[in-house]
Amino acid sequence: MTFARFVLSRLAGMVIVLLAIALISYLIFYLLPANPAQLSCGRPCTPDRLAQAEAFMGLDKPWWAQFLTFLGGFFVGRTFGVGGTAIHCDAPCFGYSFRLSESVTQLIAERAPVTFSIAIGAAVLWLLLGVSTGVASALRRGSLIDRSLTTLSVAGVSAPAYLVGLLGIFLFGFTLNMVPVGGYVPLTQSPVQWLWHLILPWIVLALLNAAIYTRLTRGEMLEVMGEDYIRTARAKGLREGRVVGRHALRNVLIPVATVFGLDLGSLLGGAILTEKVFAMQGLGSLLLDAVGNLDLQVLVGVTLFSAFLIILANVVVDISYGLLDPRVKAGG
Amino acid sequence: MTAPTPGPAPALAVHDLRIAFAREGADTRPGAVGDGGVTEVVHGVDFAVERGRVLALVGESGSGKSVTAMSVLGLLPGTARATGRIEIDGAEVLGAPEETLRALRGRAVGTVFQEPSSALNPVFTVGDQIVEAIWAHHPETTPAQRRQRVVELLEAVGVADPRRIARSYPHQASGGQLQRAVIAMAISNDPTLLIADEPTTALDVTVQAGILELLRDLTRRLDTAVLLITHDMGVVADVADEVAVMEQGSIVETAPTRQLFAAPRHAYTRSLLGAVPELGVRSRGPVPADEDAGTTTAAAELVDAVVTFRGSSGTTTAVDHVSLRIEPGEFVGLVGESGSGKSTIGRTLSGLVPLTSGRALLAGIDVGTARGSTLRRARSELGLVFQDPASSLNPRHTVGRSIADPLRLHTDLDQPARRARVLELLDAVRLAPALADRYPHELSGGQRQRVAIARALSCRPTLLIADEPTSALDVSVQQQILELLRRLQAELGFACLFISHDLAVVGELTTRVGVLRAGRLVEQGPTATVLGDPQDAYTRRLLAAVPVPDPERQAERRRRWRELAETS
Repeated sequence: MTFARFVLSRLAGMVIVLLAIALISYLIFYLLPANPAQLSCGRPCTPDRLAQAEAFMGLDKPWWAQFLTFLGGFFVGRTFGVGGTAIHCDAPCFGYSFRLSESVTQLIAERAPVTFSIAIGAAVLWLLLGVSTGVASALRRGSLIDRSLTTLSVAGVSAPAYLVGLLGIFLFGFTLNMVPVGGYVPLTQSPVQWLWHLILPWIVLALLNAAIYTRLTRGEMLEVMGEDYIRTARAKGLREGRVVGRHALRNVLIPVATVFGLDLGSLLGGAILTEKVFAMQGLGSLLLDAVGNLDLQVLVGVTLFSAFLIILANVVVDISYGLLDPRVKAGG
Repeated sequence: MTAPTPGPAPALAVHDLRIAFAREGADTRPGAVGDGGVTEVVHGVDFAVERGRVLALVGESGSGKSVTAMSVLGLLPGTARATGRIEIDGAEVLGAPEETLRALRGRAVGTVFQEPSSALNPVFTVGDQIVEAIWAHHPETTPAQRRQRVVELLEAVGVADPRRIARSYPHQASGGQLQRAVIAMAISNDPTLLIADEPTTALDVTVQAGILELLRDLTRRLDTAVLLITHDMGVVADVADEVAVMEQGSIVETAPTRQLFAAPRHAYTRSLLGAVPELGVRSRGPVPADEDAGTTTAAAELVDAVVTFRGSSGTTTAVDHVSLRIEPGEFVGLVGESGSGKSTIGRTLSGLVPLTSGRALLAGIDVGTARGSTLRRARSELGLVFQDPASSLNPRHTVGRSIADPLRLHTDLDQPARRARVLELLDAVRLAPALADRYPHELSGGQRQRVAIARALSCRPTLLIADEPTSALDVSVQQQILELLRRLQAELGFACLFISHDLAVVGELTTRVGVLRAGRLVEQGPTATVLGDPQDAYTRRLLAAVPVPDPERQAERRRRWRELAETS
């Protein structure tokens, strides 16, 4: 199978999985006893007005018809109501929040940069941190450094984000007054402020996630350092730095890249706790608010968007696997 | 202890080398000398190799030969401590600073390892890895010069298509090509000394012959000293000028090759030589099956069997129209090189691999079409012994449980009866009854293989399939296992399909043999006829490639092999 065909087949599979997720999340949220029309009809709500609201939202149709309209929204957009009061939601339409009077697509577009800024920065940081400590730990196996790092990573894995986040805010924000305690400034507005506001959340997220990478890298590194080709590299007369940095690390990074892609994918869909702790209006807090207010359109839309990112990350990992490891023949 | 060396310093001189390991956990190696937390594994060895000469360091696993070789490179693990003297071109290596050692590695000392496919890094191309070896010691060369040198080196080691191999990743090249590439890497900086640690053990015999020829040729051409680590006396007879025999960390005998083979002085050398199965030694096995054999039900039979596998690069035919009949009580050998389909045939007869066409019969039952209880009954007629007993026995089951498992599946014996049968089987394979409650890791390789045989025989099978049962074992142990198989077969009368790449072993054990090449049975007949007077050109090449443990005869065979290699 050629590389292009492999990529195409993966993308086709991705579409199928997304459709399945759309159906399942739609069913879960729309078959809940909560009636979105009831919520937006206000009080007192006469049966007349309720019927009106239902018709406006399209809730009077059977569930499968609603689902098809919902799906159609991605491609052609949809219109709620008729005449002058009609609300139009442009394609790709992930739904419309009557509570916020904004299309879900628009909401996601507003919130995504916040979450992406947090996620990507933190991910880069934890990758560097995790891999370097993992390598150090493996190369000095059994030493004080190794044991301290192992202990720290256990602490990192088990510490909750809100605790570490609040401690960070308390220490660096209030006590030392080094960084802002919350909020987000767009990159386009002021790159320096953007960075300044993000540093603490990045460090908190990185510390928590790096632990897994430390342990993964350490384990892989120990295994790879015992491989025959490492002995060959040494027997060639290479310096230890090159043996580790080139021959070992390249092989260690293959499994690390897999986990990294998946972690980043799921974080991009919303870093709920971190956003909440640092008062940042990202996808996570959007989702959290939607849950609190039973804003089903937003719930389904953001869920789908997150699922899309995770699946996309999977596909990217699969494809890059073939590039990282020449033994993995694409589609083989 | 150290003898004065006349003339210029030898390429490598080792004096009173001792290597000890700090004990990690409980190292209870037999023969190990304890000394407060350290275990000495090499007890003061002396040897020297001159330029242009090949010294073979021979011994069985655990004899300390590989550790000795690694100490020359200064590549012992951190827990090891070496004392004594190791001189390369007269310069002391032991205790030298890391930077000095690094400059020696790959430059004065080239190394070739056992398994070429794992000795090369899977994520870099073969060419890049050789380039790196040149760069490490000659960073002043230009990239173009290095690439040019790689092609020259690959040509020099007889790689047919050097440019393509240089561009290939290790998994894209064959074992023989890779080992040539590793040798090219080892000689890339014209080393004084070449250390070859079991360089052909992982290779097919016809490939081995080519690699050994190359090593001999390079020794002469580059005037390099070669330290050859091997357990194979045939290889020793083929290429070595001198032999040092190692047993449990000590060199028990050093002698010129011809002298060692003609008149071994030490008892261990004699037992080592005696244990080597020799090509052409006729078996004392049971007589070939009677003339009326065709009328009885065969123990196993393949009728025009074809097995194909679908892979990413299309369909491969692993077994290509093979017909083979094994009579009850017959000892049949199946020889071939890796990828010839010999293991697939064994698995087909067990009903583990579906046939694409043709039929596979086991005790009269068609295992290709049988399902459910019929297939299970067929399998109860079958015993399997695999190459590596360390991985074919469940590490979490006791020996007794492993042996009893087939009894639980195929018989209605109750627990005490099974236990009795297990003890009976252990006795049959000459193992102490107490071993029934031990776990595989507590046993030696030979003991584990005896357990595997006991398990295979537990249901009194009609057919025993032994797939390379001794390839993972030392020669002295191999001899015992083969003797055991022969005795059990004579006593119990089962038929045996003995799959092996080792023609000498097959020659010693079997009465009939089939030769496989690329899925085709190119020749079959009585063992004496096939090995004594081969009709097929491939069988002749295969036989010519096997090194025999006799330097005089091997020199003659080597000449014939060259002639055959030129004509084909």
